[in-house]
Amino acid sequence: MIKKTTSVIRLLAAVASLAMLGAVTSTLHADTNAPAAAPAPAAAPTPLATPNPTNSAFASASITNQVAFLEAAHSNSDPDPSGIAYESDPGHNAWMMVSSAFVLMMTLPGLALFYGGLVRSKNVLSIIAMCFGITCLVSLLWWAFGYSLVFGQSFSTTNPTLAPFLGGTENFFFKGVNSLPNTSYAFWVSQNVYSIFQLTFAIITPALIFGATAERMKFGAIMAFVFAWMFIVYFPLAHMVWGATGFMNGVWNAGAKIPAIDFAGGTVVHMSSGWTALILCLILGKRVGHGGKEPMMPHSLVLTFIGTALLWVGWYGFNAGSAVAADVVAANAFTTTTLATAIGALTWPLVEWIFKGKPSVLGFCSGAVAGLVVITPACGFVNPTGAVIIGVVAGTIPYISSTIVKNIFKYDDALDTFGVHGVGGTCGALITGILVDPAVNGNLQAVSAGSPHNAAMDNGLITAIANHSLVVAQAKAVGITITLAVVGTLIIGYLVKFTIGLRPSVEEEHQGLDIVDHGEEGYTH
Amino acid sequence: MKKIEAIIKPFKLEEVKDALSELGIEGMTVTEVKGFGRQKGHTEIYRGSEYTVDFLPKIKLEVVLADSAVEGAVAAIVKTAKTGKIGDGKVFVLPVENAIRIRTDETGDKAV
Repeated sequence: MIKKTTSVIRLLAAVASLAMLGAVTSTLHADTNAPAAAPAPAAAPTPLATPNPTNSAFASASITNQVAFLEAAHSNSDPDPSGIAYESDPGHNAWMMVSSAFVLMMTLPGLALFYGGLVRSKNVLSIIAMCFGITCLVSLLWWAFGYSLVFGQSFSTTNPTLAPFLGGTENFFFKGVNSLPNTSYAFWVSQNVYSIFQLTFAIITPALIFGATAERMKFGAIMAFVFAWMFIVYFPLAHMVWGATGFMNGVWNAGAKIPAIDFAGGTVVHMSSGWTALILCLILGKRVGHGGKEPMMPHSLVLTFIGTALLWVGWYGFNAGSAVAADVVAANAFTTTTLATAIGALTWPLVEWIFKGKPSVLGFCSGAVAGLVVITPACGFVNPTGAVIIGVVAGTIPYISSTIVKNIFKYDDALDTFGVHGVGGTCGALITGILVDPAVNGNLQAVSAGSPHNAAMDNGLITAIANHSLVVAQAKAVGITITLAVVGTLIIGYLVKFTIGLRPSVEEEHQGLDIVDHGEEGYTH
Repeated sequence: MKKIEAIIKPFKLEEVKDALSELGIEGMTVTEVKGFGRQKGHTEIYRGSEYTVDFLPKIKLEVVLADSAVEGAVAAIVKTAKTGKIGDGKVFVLPVENAIRIRTDETGDKAV
């Protein structure tokens, strides 16, 4: 036994030393190429002749063009007229890397704690495992196919009928996804940073779904469902809304058939997950003992509170980060996000106080999340007054859907994913069409005569805003999103149900998913 | 020997403990329990779900005494645990056959 242990340790030591050797070699290799990555000890860093080896054109450009280039970075605009090649900007990149980490923090641990506190203690680990498992699975899918299917563009030449619905194959396995910007999406942000930022959205969206199905869906069934759902629902929807050739990308696609707008994911993230959650919880059926037979109180509102706070902070990356730059639009989104969330978190417990007698902590948490959800599609398109109105809507309509409507129809949306995200996301998508204010976002303004048209002029978005008819395009986007989520979920849900099965046995459900699916307990006494 | 089992309101524990200590009682066992008698529970609301909580938190205090000490101890518990409102709890007195102190093997009154 001892001998065996020793040999395992030796093996580990050998692997570790090999890894270190590899790290040292790659550092040395990097040193020869990269500027001043790790200056030699005791020697002052020597300035290199070329400030950035990827852009030698800068040094040889005229001072006028150099200034134009830097001014373009400063204002997050196209540096093309300066004649200097595109490169990433450290300021914009820094904000986007921070934003990406913030959005990841929304899932791990934000959503895990928010949902984890709301279930009974015997199921807390099943929520954490769900969030963790989805994070890792979606990262793999995103690298292999997802990023390319959403943000690629090769189908526009190889298969034009498909192009409005899926991107392309050119970035499969992150081919060509390097530190230079992909100027279809951002002039100044490295494409690899942009792809990871978008990955964090692709992670949290499916994780949201399983609040509705909490406490009664097998871990294996969740993973199988997510695998299929990403390809059938998320990737096409994200491309339609945000892809350069997307069917309803009003801001960036001059050829968009539906000139709708969705700043940070009202349709892509909240409606898709929320409507999927409704259908899936109907296919799944109610929890054993639901409907008053067994108490199903949250086991720790303290965890739920911590999760809510992490979601709120992380959401600045989600919303302000969706400007894909540290610019004026991000600043506006940052402001509107704060206001809508605070007002939502004020309104929900106030409504409770009036109708139920007491303002609850769960009410504050629910109102904050609802505020964040409803402002998401609007945050970069509305002004602070619009944000306050949105906060009031967020504190009332999702409240009604997750208390009154749910009790009338008696479906078991366990943690109110549909009530808050489905209904809140739908409200947000529609209300964006009403409260939109072109003054806060240059992409919604016509460019002066003589300059090249922007996409919003060509696809009719600017006309729609001027005629106050944007809400029609928004309603069409809402209809497409609901249809895709509902049909996709019906297919995948029944497919999983009749193959590996969705639910554990009644006995296992009584015991709790932590022991049944994961062989461990969240709390041991 | 008798065992006293007292179910009391949690916030009264310190007072009861002090009163028993003054009588020279040197040990007791305390458990957090839930239960209900005539006192009604309360309603908790989590979004759309309302739950009536019947079982209220109480403290169960157990102490085993020589027969001579029982009357005084019961009186002290009843006096200090009383608020006069419904839900004050109950005291039970049970006979005990024997007691053994594990460390010394002493038995009977010497062990309690």
